[in-house]
Amino acid sequence: MSPARPELPVGLSWWRRFGNAAALGASWVCAAVVIVPLALIVWHLLAKGLPEFRLSFFTNLPKPVGEPGGGMANAIVGTLILVGLGGLIAVPIGVGAGVWLAEYGRGRFAALVRYTADVLAGVPSIVVGVAAYGLVVAPMHRFSAIAGGVALAILMLPTIVRATEEVVLLVPRSYREAALALGAPRWRAIQEVVIPSASAGIVTAIVLAIARAAGETAPLLFTALNNRFWSLQLDQPMASLPAFIYDYAKAPYEDWNRQAWTAALTLLFVVTILSGILRLSLRRSQGGR
Amino acid sequence: MRKEAFGPPSVSARKARASRIPWDAAYQNLLGAFALFVFVVAALIVYECARGASPAVLAYGWRFLVSSDWDPVAEHFGALPYLFGTAMSSGLALLLAVPLGLGTAVFLAELAPKGVGKVVSFVIEALASIPSIVYGIWGFFVLAPFLRTAIEPWLGSHLGFIPLFQGFPFGIGMLDAGIVLAIMILPTIVSLTRELLLATPRSLLEASLALGSTRSEAIAVVVDAARPGILGAVILALGRALGETMAVTMVIGNTNRISLSLFAPGATMSSVIANELTEATTALHQASLIEIALVLFLVTLLVNAAGRLLVLWATGGRRDVAGAA
Repeated sequence: MSPARPELPVGLSWWRRFGNAAALGASWVCAAVVIVPLALIVWHLLAKGLPEFRLSFFTNLPKPVGEPGGGMANAIVGTLILVGLGGLIAVPIGVGAGVWLAEYGRGRFAALVRYTADVLAGVPSIVVGVAAYGLVVAPMHRFSAIAGGVALAILMLPTIVRATEEVVLLVPRSYREAALALGAPRWRAIQEVVIPSASAGIVTAIVLAIARAAGETAPLLFTALNNRFWSLQLDQPMASLPAFIYDYAKAPYEDWNRQAWTAALTLLFVVTILSGILRLSLRRSQGGR
Repeated sequence: MRKEAFGPPSVSARKARASRIPWDAAYQNLLGAFALFVFVVAALIVYECARGASPAVLAYGWRFLVSSDWDPVAEHFGALPYLFGTAMSSGLALLLAVPLGLGTAVFLAELAPKGVGKVVSFVIEALASIPSIVYGIWGFFVLAPFLRTAIEPWLGSHLGFIPLFQGFPFGIGMLDAGIVLAIMILPTIVSLTRELLLATPRSLLEASLALGSTRSEAIAVVVDAARPGILGAVILALGRALGETMAVTMVIGNTNRISLSLFAPGATMSSVIANELTEATTALHQASLIEIALVLFLVTLLVNAAGRLLVLWATGGRRDVAGAA
């Protein structure tokens, strides 16, 4: 992209020479400094999280302070359930709205929906949590997994809507024309030709949204709350990895703090694996952008 | 602007499809209902916050935003310490992240050899995908002790004549929150700015070099041309910093005092909601917290809208760049 390294003009004054070297050097230094925090975070996660990182930690339930061998099986399952619930709500709505925007989205209402999706993407997650608290927790009079799922769904929605619209718009016009020419009505052309051709991109968007939601903590604080026991009931408080980390990191017990590190390492693994899938499927669908 | 996906059907085609048109309409309406739902969700968030906040709004009016008296026991609520904390921590984060982010973006867009550029891009992507709570636990257990034992005493003894660097080194506090936030918003600044620099016409760089500029002077011309968009990117990063919750809650110390010192603990709008909403016993306490959420929502809405408009305008309407934040 950039032109070959240009020769410095001849007869350059020393301060322009110096200024050039200093500015380019500063840019290199910035790039080097940016690497430091990631390296430190990963290093500390591994150093403090790995000692407890053994099978029993993933299969046991939390134990009282001082009792060895506590785990976070309920938090892992809880995170999966909460994210699954969120996806169950957000995927059909998000994909439907995205397809609508791409295929029928003209006029003022479509512009409004597009703008709303952008706004939703910027809403702080804590505000979403407050809204879900008012919408679900207050009427039900208790914290519940459902409320957590609703909060996560709201956070997933804008990502799915916007990405779906983009990939559906990328489907060539000739596909639609061919389907129509074969006598398919418009809805079948969309449902059976356009959406399947865009499916790789849509799946990518869904995975991205789920990976982000899996790491969200703030909206769960006052919706799903947390739970120290095994619970699969959707109308009861439910444990999740982020809430587990938060509670255990704040606690004044060293044992719990260590477990918080291990949980953080696990969470990062989950998110990294998800985004790894994402990157692979991106490469396959777009030839690596 | 937007391409018509389908042309108008010919007369014979319209006749052939006449019997199936109800299905088409039903399908279109179903998808339209999903789209409407997106709008309804946003409206519900606004409605819920406004409804929940109304008791506090009625009780305090504008005083809520300028009073620094937050006392749940005596039922006095004023949000100023939290507004201040949010402004100060976000401002500090921008101060740290903007120069670093711009330097990195210039590096990625103009200087980086291919392999090195790939590594740095990967690091930026990885930083963006780390969950907020992981930043929090790192800032709490690693960065805070380091600041307390090494950085803050040094700053205090050498720059202690400035109010910013006075007071007891707690470790946990504004400085910790500012640094963690700066790391968290770096990816937004870097990736947007890089896209903006790459979207600037190459002829600017070439013309500048042809006129005898050094490489850095030519790059300065490119950066100058991308300035409005870069401002937008910085504003979008600010929007992210303002609403960030978990990492900040863990490292800021959560006291509702206003202190000019970077070493002192404080609280932000999001951290006070996270800490107190489930424990609020009185209706007024809860309403006050929800009013803070409402204010936070409105502020981020304005900030994000401004940032997105600037980036959209600078890229000639490329939603993919503006949406990347």
